[in-house]
Amino acid sequence: MSEPEKKEVSEKEKETSKQDEKEKDTAQGGKKSPVSGKAKPGSGKRSGTPSKGNKGAAEKGRATPKGNTKAKTKEDVKAPTPDPTGEGEEEEEGLPEGCVPLFMSAKSQEIFGCTCDVDVTEENPIKVIMKADIMEDFFNRAAVCDFHPVKQAVQDFPSDEIVIVYDPDFKFGQNFYIAITEEAKEKILNPFGPEGEGEAGAEKEEEVVYKYIPPESKEWVSHGSEKEIKEENVVENRRRIKISARRIRKEFGAPCNFQDRNVADAKDAYVECTAYEDRTYDLKKIELDKSVQAVPVLVEEGTNTDWRYPRNANTQYYPREFSDKEKETIEKSTDLQTFAKDMVPRFELALQQNEIMDVFYIDWLHLGDADGSFGNKADNHLKEYQSFTDLQFSKDRTITAIQWHPTIKGVVAVAVAEKLSFDERIDNCAKVIMTPSLILIWSFTDPIHPQLLLEAPDDIYSFQFCPSDPNIICGGCYNGQVVLWDISAHADRLKQQRGSNRNKKSNVLPGFEDPNALKTPVVRYCAVSSIENSHRAAITDIQWVPDHMELNRMGVPQENKGLQCCQIMTCATDYCVLVWDTRPVKGPGQLITTKETDKGPKNPIGVPNTFKHLDLSWKPVLKVTLHKSEPGGDHSPVKFSIQERQGDRGSLGKATDGTDLSKEAAMGGGFYTKPGSGKDKRTLQSVKTHFYVGTEDGEIVYVDWMPQKDQDTGKIQTPKPDFYHAIHDGPVNTLQRSPFFKDVVLCVGGWTYTIWKESINSGPILQSSASTVKLSAGHWSPSRPGVFYIAKVDGSVDVWDLLDKTHEPCMTQNVSPVPITSLYPFPVSQKQHLMAVGDTAGTLHILEIPWSLRQPTANEYTGISNYFEREVKRRAFVVSRWDFREIEKRELEQEHKRKMGIAPNVQLSEEEIEYRQKQEYAAYIDEENTFLRELGLKDDDEPLPET
Amino acid sequence: MATEVEDTLKRIQAHKGVIGIIVVNADGIPIRTTLDNSTTVQYANLLTQLTQKARSVVRDIDPQNDLTFLRVRSKKHEIMVAPEKDYLLIAIQNPQET
Repeated sequence: MSEPEKKEVSEKEKETSKQDEKEKDTAQGGKKSPVSGKAKPGSGKRSGTPSKGNKGAAEKGRATPKGNTKAKTKEDVKAPTPDPTGEGEEEEEGLPEGCVPLFMSAKSQEIFGCTCDVDVTEENPIKVIMKADIMEDFFNRAAVCDFHPVKQAVQDFPSDEIVIVYDPDFKFGQNFYIAITEEAKEKILNPFGPEGEGEAGAEKEEEVVYKYIPPESKEWVSHGSEKEIKEENVVENRRRIKISARRIRKEFGAPCNFQDRNVADAKDAYVECTAYEDRTYDLKKIELDKSVQAVPVLVEEGTNTDWRYPRNANTQYYPREFSDKEKETIEKSTDLQTFAKDMVPRFELALQQNEIMDVFYIDWLHLGDADGSFGNKADNHLKEYQSFTDLQFSKDRTITAIQWHPTIKGVVAVAVAEKLSFDERIDNCAKVIMTPSLILIWSFTDPIHPQLLLEAPDDIYSFQFCPSDPNIICGGCYNGQVVLWDISAHADRLKQQRGSNRNKKSNVLPGFEDPNALKTPVVRYCAVSSIENSHRAAITDIQWVPDHMELNRMGVPQENKGLQCCQIMTCATDYCVLVWDTRPVKGPGQLITTKETDKGPKNPIGVPNTFKHLDLSWKPVLKVTLHKSEPGGDHSPVKFSIQERQGDRGSLGKATDGTDLSKEAAMGGGFYTKPGSGKDKRTLQSVKTHFYVGTEDGEIVYVDWMPQKDQDTGKIQTPKPDFYHAIHDGPVNTLQRSPFFKDVVLCVGGWTYTIWKESINSGPILQSSASTVKLSAGHWSPSRPGVFYIAKVDGSVDVWDLLDKTHEPCMTQNVSPVPITSLYPFPVSQKQHLMAVGDTAGTLHILEIPWSLRQPTANEYTGISNYFEREVKRRAFVVSRWDFREIEKRELEQEHKRKMGIAPNVQLSEEEIEYRQKQEYAAYIDEENTFLRELGLKDDDEPLPET
Repeated sequence: MATEVEDTLKRIQAHKGVIGIIVVNADGIPIRTTLDNSTTVQYANLLTQLTQKARSVVRDIDPQNDLTFLRVRSKKHEIMVAPEKDYLLIAIQNPQET
């Protein structure tokens, strides 16, 4: 039987017993002992006196169950719990019925003889106190008495003995509890009572013969189960909910058209089903994969060194050395002597080995030098690097000349001109005059806008930067005038880095920005030569005289002390070459100009006064007219080439001393200084005054510019050319000295090019066969002695390598769809050579020259100079053959004429005639003699008859 | 007889491409030189250390053995060192010149 059941039963038992008591009380009433009231008629014994207490109760207990089956079952129930713990358990449940907790002070305990743990203990907790004692105590101590809280109960207590129980554990709140009813008292005093009775009952049962009594149906007693059944029933406890849905009549049965819609459109269109934990489903975790890894314990530690005050300190040491004396003693020691002697053979062996052969010489490294010329196909064509065209100024105009800026890298200037012939130009005169004639200066930093525009009075056909001052530019106009520009004010603009002059917002107040700041500045020319003294035709070539020399009025090359370029040579097709001096002329005119400059600039805005003294009054210092050696016209030069070169100071050393040094020191050069008198200056003897001129008719003229007294007229004028050859089948367009050989000239004109060597007058040392297209320009390679570039009117560039082959170009590359007018290769840096190519469409192409064309091959210079020497020898041979052929031809002619019987139309002198007649006569005599001898008319011995 | 040393130096110097000769004692202190002072000191100091190291290599490999000659070939020069117990003879040669 389980514990709760037992309790239940015991409670029921109590309940029934209480009921019984009540019945008894009601039946017997008053102060009668309930035990006695319970007594059944069948019980044998009966307690007469209720005061007997315990005993009586015991008896009653024994008697009560007799004859009552219910009581019997109660006994059975009680039976298994005979020990006092059963009571305890009951007490744990609650205070026993009819008991009240009571606190007994130490005094009270003393009075009633129930001192804790002395009179009463845990094992024996019960103490019986006489009611009278308590009453007495009430009387003595009144409210202080510990029984005071239960005074009424004590007074009402039916018997004289009151039981208190010691409660050492304060189970019920106090140290004692008191039984205030008779039943409780009984129960406390005699918890085993029923047991004893049970035993007694068993005895009785053995005696009673068991008799079957058929069970009788009893009236159903409700225990609450009907309530449960009632609750299980489903009944309506509220009214049913009614919902009615409506639809418009016409929509009845209409097909539904479902479509997407936004969830947020309707209020309750969206029902969320959130996840939740299902309590009905409970899976117990039985198995678990788990791993543990042991890692070293992480430790963080730090140390800190003491901070020392930093201090500058230095030490100096010097190598240990022997003093001279010590050295001497060591040197004298025999140790060293023998050491030196022993070491020598070893050293000699090693040294000789190195002398005989460098064993570590790597042949492979030196192998590549020999054939670097055209090995790599990928790197031997001209690569397009950049191209410049200005829609406003250069489009649809032809580029006439190209010049690289001598000092600023990546700056190139081009002159553009109208694409018109002379007649067209005259027809469209108004238009031509209205459009500005310009030189465009481009920088690689800005491929769209030119950096500077140089304005000219007429189209420029040639120009050049001054080699000694790149801010000075001279140009030759179509109308024959020479123009000078000074771009010093804009030099910074050219030097500026990438695009900075376009994007910069300089420190200008807002609202005061220069509207022209972003526009390309136009530089006006600052001097132009006087028209009457200028060329009468377009200037086709212009060149600064090298800075170390100058020409006087007699064409004598003299030393230029200032080492500043101050003279310009020009040529035009008006049969002359002119030399101009940029320095002010001596005399009164100069004073005026200086005064004017002092007053301040009267010039148009922005034009510097550099050449104010020259403007419109400029005259050439020397005029070289080119008469033909035979009568009948003059040569019309288009290009010229002098031997002296800028930067080549060799001729200065050979100058004849004309003055003392002190005077020289006082002399200054430059643009402003007066040209010194001829006497003050040393004449440069080694300078060759002969120069090459290429003409419009394709002739090469070699002439001395120094004027001489003509023997016939007595006038001082340019002598007749040393020689000229009409060798080109078109106008010469290039006449250029090789940068490596100053006596070798490349000449391009018509459909051919020729190479000349100075001092070889009989003809060119190399002449090309005629090309299929006209050649328009040529230029020596700046870095390879044997290479030059030829531009053609079909828009392609030929690369000739004289060491590779001379009968055809080693490479031809198309650059432009329109004819090329000029080209100019330039070494921008050691590793980058660029070629500027200008065409008739006004586009300037910049091409990168490949490595193979810029890197000279080993011994290229020697190779090419040997080649020229061979050609010179060949030329000499040709000349000798010419003479030979000439003689041969003459002889043949004579022979032929003699055979024809025609006397040579040569006038013979009288002696010759006489001599010839004599010879003829002698021949006749001889012939006669032989004839006579044959006939036998004449004897050999016989002397000739006297005549 | 200092002439013996002098002769030796002259003989070596007479070879083609020889830039300089230095005689150094065991402590690396130059005794005789044909080069300028600073170069001599540098060569003497550095090559003494290198030679000692090289010598210890040879000896560690075989204690019976010893270093007799050390040639260092560089891009520009060849440095030759002849070590002895007490002295070192250093010669610098430019092999390209030969």
